[in-house]
Amino acid sequence: MKISVIITLKKDVLDPQGKVIHQTLDGMGFDDVNEVRQGKYFEIDTKETDNDKAKAKVEEMCKKLLANLVIENYKIIDPK
Amino acid sequence: MKSSVITFPGSNCDRDMDVALKKFGFKNKMVWHADTELPKSDLVVLPGGFSYGDYLRCGSMASKSKIMQSVINFANSGGMVMGICNGFQILVETGLVPGVLLRNKYLEFICKNVFVKINDKKNKYFKKVDNEVLELHIAHNEGNYFCTNDQLKEIEDNNQIAINYCDENGKIEDQFNPNGSIKNIAGIFNKEKNVLGMMPHPERMIDKSLSGEDGSLFFKHLINNLK
Repeated sequence: MKISVIITLKKDVLDPQGKVIHQTLDGMGFDDVNEVRQGKYFEIDTKETDNDKAKAKVEEMCKKLLANLVIENYKIIDPK
Repeated sequence: MKSSVITFPGSNCDRDMDVALKKFGFKNKMVWHADTELPKSDLVVLPGGFSYGDYLRCGSMASKSKIMQSVINFANSGGMVMGICNGFQILVETGLVPGVLLRNKYLEFICKNVFVKINDKKNKYFKKVDNEVLELHIAHNEGNYFCTNDQLKEIEDNNQIAINYCDENGKIEDQFNPNGSIKNIAGIFNKEKNVLGMMPHPERMIDKSLSGEDGSLFFKHLINNLK
């Protein structure tokens, strides 16, 4: 089963990369952008077949490694 | 006094640290990250470098390596653990010291000498250091210290800030902040002050032939402070 995770920076954390991407977009003529925040996306292919169990495992992975909860939030996308 | 320097895949300041510790009287051992047992040590150092290629977040992989459980236990039982640069990043990822190190504010890799002011000398790391201000070297891409407001309050209440970026006279101002760190923080302690994480590299400034000797001022008293 494949489970996806999206990691985003928390609201108050400075995102210099997102800022530069925003500036570049602006320079390219995409001048109606309010803000850009850069994050991370993971696809985890697991042997687990039970939906809830798999999600619980991935949640543990997020807390222990994939995200740093001081600055990041994680969102687990429901497996299809 | 015995010290141990941990080498992770991608560490590159481990040998410099070995040279510095030996120069100032430590019997140092190099310890491989995949080992599980820490040799008997009075000081454990997590050196600078790019452990695991800085994948995911700097220091995140190294913080989960086998030897780290022993290092964490050692720190939690009062052992002296010092993390320099990537070692500092590893320490924040273990949670031994609070906060995180973000990408530098202006997205540049910074490699230069800076001045840092010693905030507190009532600890075993900076006790008896002659100067208030040290000129040390920094070389990092992710040294922008960040923590939550609650954490910052706790850090300040417990006097956990070790060193701040400043000018040569010790003036701590925004313009002397190379990377955007909150409050110009260049290094912090854990609550008990046996764990120190800092971005500057004192081991790079221990010989006349290098760009300065202020690192020697830091190492000179360390061995006696630990006795």
